Order: sequence, then C-alpha cells, then structure tokens
Amino acid sequence: MLVSVLNGFAIGFLLFILAVGLSIVFGMMDVLNLAHGALFLGGAYLGATFAGSWGGFLAALGLAAVGGLAAGALLSLMTEPLRRRSHLDQALLTLGVAFVVAELLIIAFGDDPLSVSAPPALDGSVSVLGATYPAYRLVLIGVGAVLALAVYLVVERTRVGALVRATVADREMVATLGIDNRLVKAAVFAVGSLLAATAGVLGGPIYGARPGLDATVLILALVVVVIGGLGSVRGALVGALVIGQVDTLGRVLLPELASFVLFAALALVLVLRPRGLFGSPASVSTR
Amino acid sequence: MTAVDAPAVPGGTAAVSPRVPRGRDGLVAAAVLVVLAAAPLFLAPFATTTLARILVFALFAVSLDLLVGVTGLPSLGHAAYFGSGAYAAGWVSINVTAEAPVPLLVGAAVGAVAAALTGWITVRTGGVFFLMLTLAIGETVQQVANTWESVTGGANGLTGVPAVRAGGAPLANAGFVYWYVLAVFVLGFVLVWLVARSPFGAALRGIRDNEPRMRAIGYPTALYKYGVFVIAGGVAGVAGSLLVAQQRLVTPADLGFLTASLALLAVIIGGAGSLWGACLGAALVILIRDALGPGLGGHGTLLLGIVFVLVVYLLPRGAAGLRLRRRSPS
Repeated sequence: MLVSVLNGFAIGFLLFILAVGLSIVFGMMDVLNLAHGALFLGGAYLGATFAGSWGGFLAALGLAAVGGLAAGALLSLMTEPLRRRSHLDQALLTLGVAFVVAELLIIAFGDDPLSVSAPPALDGSVSVLGATYPAYRLVLIGVGAVLALAVYLVVERTRVGALVRATVADREMVATLGIDNRLVKAAVFAVGSLLAATAGVLGGPIYGARPGLDATVLILALVVVVIGGLGSVRGALVGALVIGQVDTLGRVLLPELASFVLFAALALVLVLRPRGLFGSPASVSTR
Repeated sequence: MTAVDAPAVPGGTAAVSPRVPRGRDGLVAAAVLVVLAAAPLFLAPFATTTLARILVFALFAVSLDLLVGVTGLPSLGHAAYFGSGAYAAGWVSINVTAEAPVPLLVGAAVGAVAAALTGWITVRTGGVFFLMLTLAIGETVQQVANTWESVTGGANGLTGVPAVRAGGAPLANAGFVYWYVLAVFVLGFVLVWLVARSPFGAALRGIRDNEPRMRAIGYPTALYKYGVFVIAGGVAGVAGSLLVAQQRLVTPADLGFLTASLALLAVIIGGAGSLWGACLGAALVILIRDALGPGLGGHGTLLLGIVFVLVVYLLPRGAAGLRLRRRSPS
C-alpha cells in the first residue's frame, strides 16, 4: 500500500512536469501540442543513450533541456503561420510533427524497447517504514516536488508569471499593453517543451524508452490537463497527483481494468465539472 | 462561446455538402464504379489486394468524415470502433459462423454499441476537447484489446480467422474477396451519403457551423451529435468487418492511435466534408503505407508525417478545396 502511494507520487510529479507546459500553451494560445509526447520520448532516448553514470545522466538532462528549448521554439514558429486558422489545424500540424519525430527516433534507436538505468548509488533500494523501495523513485519524488514548486512560484509569484497568466486570461488585452504575445507564446512553448524532454530523461528509469511510449504519456498528460482545467498550474499539479494515485492504485487493485479506471476518473470529473477542477470559464473557448 | 464563429474544421463552412449526383457527377461515379468492379480482371493479385485495402480504409475514412467534416467533431479515437467491429467480426467468424452477412452485421452492431457506450460523454464537448477525449477513449479500448487475451488474443491479435463464406462456399480467391469488399463499401458509402444529404445531415452541418444558433432554433444538438456518433461508429464497425475479411487477422494496432490518426489524415487530405475526398485521401495513405513503405525500409509513417505537415500548410481545404477553387474563384 505504502509502495503504491509512493509510486503514485513519483508518477504524479513526473506527470506534472510533463503536463504543465501542455496546459499553459493550450490555455494561453489554444494550441494543443500533440508532439508533447514525442518530446518526452526524445528525452527518454537521450537518457537511454547517456545514462549509466552521473556525468551521463546530467549530460542527458542538459541535452534534453537545450533540445527541448529549441524544439519548443521551432514548434511555436511552425504554428505561427496558422494563427488565423482553426485550433484543429494547429493540433493537426503538431500531430504530423509527432509522426515524423517518432519515426525518426525509431530509425535512430530501433524498434526494441530500451531500458534506462538509474544513476549509480540510486539504482538500489532503500527501506521506507519497513518496505523496500527503489531509491531512484524516492529521489524523483523529491526532484519532482522541487521542480513543481519552482514552476508554481514562477507562474504565480513573479512578474513573468503574471504576464503568462494575463495572456491566458485575455491575450488581446495583454497585446494592447504593448507586449508581443507571440514572444510570450514562444517562450512558454519553449519552456514547456524543455520540461517535457526533461521529464523524459527523469522518467526513463521508470518507463524505459520504446516506440509507442509517446502516445501513452501524451494521453496521460491530456487526461491531467482536462481534469485539472486548462491553463491552470494548480489544476495541473492536483490533476497530476490525482492521476498518479488513481493510475498506480488501479494497477494494484484492478490490474485488468486499470485503463478503465483512468477513463472512469476522467469521465467522472467531466460530468461533475465540465471545465476541469480548476478551469475558469474564460479559459475554455471551445465550448 | 468565443470560438464558435471560427469553423472548427479545416475548410469548415467552405466544405461542400454532398450533392445529388446528376449530369457529369453521376457519370463520373458510374464510370469509377465500373472501373472498380472490373479491376480484378486486369490487375495482378497483389494490386487487387492493395485496392481492397484501400476500399476498407476508405469506408473507415468516410465514416470518420461524417463526424469531422459534416458535424465538425474531430475524432482521434475513431479506430476504436473500427477495431471493435473487426474484433467482433473476427471472433464471430472463428467461433460461430463466417457466413456472409453475419460477421458484417455483428461488426456493425458492436461498432455502434461501442460508440453508444462512449459517445454520451464525448458529445458533451466540442473542438479540441472532443479531440482529447476521443484520443483517451481510443487508447483505453486499445489497452482492453491488449489485455483481454481470452477473447482478443492479446498483443498477438486475433489470428486464424476463416475466410468469409457466401452461399455456403468460402471466398478463397483474392478477386472474390475484393468484390465482397467493394459491394459492402458501395453500400456503406451510399448509406453515409444518404445520411449526409438528409434533413438530419443538414442539421448536422448547421451544428458544425453554429451550434448555439441551432440550439436556439430548437434542435436538440447533443442528441443529434450522439446520433451521428453512433452511426459513424456503426459504419466504422462495418469497415472493421471488411478489414478482418480481407486480412484475416486483427491486431491491437488496428484500433490504435496510429490507425485513428491516419484516418484523420485521409479525411484532411481529401478535404473534410467531402466524402469522395476522404476516399482519395484513404487511397493515398494506404499507397504510401503499403506500397511505398517497404521501399522506404518500413518507414512509410515518416513520409505520411511529412505529407500531413505539408497538407496542413498548403491545402487548408484538402483536395476537394482545390476543385472548389478552380470552379468558383471567390
């Protein structure tokens, strides 16, 4: 039981890091980035290539951060010509990009699932209140909590964060204040992609790296975003922790029905709160 | 409600409604049908099989177009109903009977029931939300296919499906299978076309273009969307039964994300809302995946991804949009 709860937290914080960028870009610009999962998978393959030593693990993290930033900026640039078209066109563009990236990863790394080893000294188990638990996951919970806190504080407590929240709430009004919201979008896109690729490296020792993982994590992230409410950092955090617990508990208690449990949670939230737990009516323009 | 004035579909309001085929259009349709019916007589067996695959995928794409193009509901999980129909038809063929209309009807029923069970929640949303929800449902159904081994065969899929039997004799020859697929395809296409041009279809296009206004006029829009969702699921189930009749095998990949997004690609290439465009798009997708793919070292998906990106940039109204522009330069 304790192990399952801890697993839930580890997955939950990982999901938050993954989903928060998706949520803000979507809430802010109505761009649903379906390439988000591919960025995660790219990070996971970086981890599979370099991890094994501390130097390699940190190098993978650094490369994922730089690559994620560049990829996010590029994606933002690519959606720019479509800004006057429907939201669906932009989503389809990122879907095409996701295809290309996933296939390039298969060409580069092959079809076989790769396992990613945790950095040395963290690949063992530790004893937590009498239960043995992988040390890496415990550290992941800590790192995830710190990252989540950092993102939360930046968005909720700084000037830059205020700008981001203002753009989510009313982008025309922000534009009239003389701020180019294309730059805000590009920055958020880049940072969100950085977080996704970093989450891929961090999640490597848990999920490994394999073709198809991109779709799996994309869907988990979408469920988190829908449950939490679009454009809300707090919603993404709560949604991620809830889904982390629901998913791991479901796998322990009802292994046959684990995927149904996830869908049931999503359906329940959408029936009771169609805009998500923390979604504001203003941020939902598609209804 | 701010985004309602923007069309939710590429091409949105500009996509033509299917018209009554008269004059030139009727002649073209008849000629295409004759050529398709005669194809196995002069094509090599491999080409006939590829053409049958195209027809299967085209019917699937047409059923999706009913949602995407006609109603403005972009689904990324439509393969769930296609695959459910395929699994059901395959299971019935193995365990009960493979006599002609039975797998077909079972596939249609299971596709429609699966859509009815999941549709009540998806039609409460629209636009990108709908995209996300259908994606989640599709993935859930795929995991069910992966884990429910006693019925679906798990990750290996449902193998050893017997050939479809018509009048007591199995359709062993690729040509006979092709004609079976063609006949069902024509039936399915006509059904979808009739739905699209009925008053019901007109109401669906109204919902696509301005749902609040349709609701204000007094249309129960949620009920209409639910209805079309179930119909599209049923037709996708029929296409699934054709899939299993043609390849005699169903795998979890047939109801996965890739299959669903390829169908969406086919609809977008063809121009959402134009049913014949969806067929052309399906032909292109299957040709790239099955005919060119092996030549590219099995990486046809890469080419499809590039095509996807190019189509979004260059053909906002799909192939049907090209024709529109040439006819009326407005």
